[in-house]
Amino acid sequence: MAQRERPLSPFMHYRWQYTNTLSILHRITGVLLSAAFFLLVYWLAAAAAGPEHYAAAAACLSSPVMQLVLAGALFSFCYHLMMGIRHLAFDLGLGFELKTARWTGWAAAAVALALTCIAWVTLHSSLGGGA
Amino acid sequence: MSLRSPLGRALGHGSAKSGSSHWYAQRVTAIALLLLGLWFVASLACLGGASHEQVTAWLRSPTNSALAVLLVAVAAYHASIGLQVVVEDYVAGKGARTAILIAVKFALAVAAVVGVLAVLRIAFGVAA
Repeated sequence: MAQRERPLSPFMHYRWQYTNTLSILHRITGVLLSAAFFLLVYWLAAAAAGPEHYAAAAACLSSPVMQLVLAGALFSFCYHLMMGIRHLAFDLGLGFELKTARWTGWAAAAVALALTCIAWVTLHSSLGGGA
Repeated sequence: MSLRSPLGRALGHGSAKSGSSHWYAQRVTAIALLLLGLWFVASLACLGGASHEQVTAWLRSPTNSALAVLLVAVAAYHASIGLQVVVEDYVAGKGARTAILIAVKFALAVAAVVGVLAVLRIAFGVAA
């Protein structure tokens, strides 16, 4: 039997628009946050295990590599949060007009970046003050 | 020739049986995590660099330990549904897909239990 030409999924032939990238980033940050969840559990378990374990975990988390990972996790959280709100609005049937979908995409990404910076600066200023 | 109607043949087959419950749960947990996540990140930003004593004192407050348990449980569930969608989208082989899904769910379940127990041990003062 001759293979009939099957319809292609939209992403196979749509031209690139930045909203595509915003959308796949939502998924990527979701996967990254799932990985970061294990760091959260590690931190909680270390706190429950006692001061020595907690100090070891804190030292591990403050290494330059882990700081980069944590900054990435923080941005992933902010991005997934803002983009998630946009997606919840989509689910309610709101914001589907091309113009609206474009500006809310930019806005969500910009707010996510701003939130990341605010949280990171707050964290590090309380680091300086608390330590 | 079959006397069954096209609808009769289609009913009970395909994916549209319980798919909407996952879809719905993903949104409900998203709304919960919106609040829990903001609470946690804001607390963490203020706690930054706190000593073991300060962190456990913070977690021992009834409000904070309740919210922390909710955060761990709801985040694990939200991640579980989300990762399932991702795996189902990108892993084509049935065997590999099932194996990865089981591994992901096991890992998240174990992490969730470890996380909740850690919070409870601190909250009830049985932590070291």
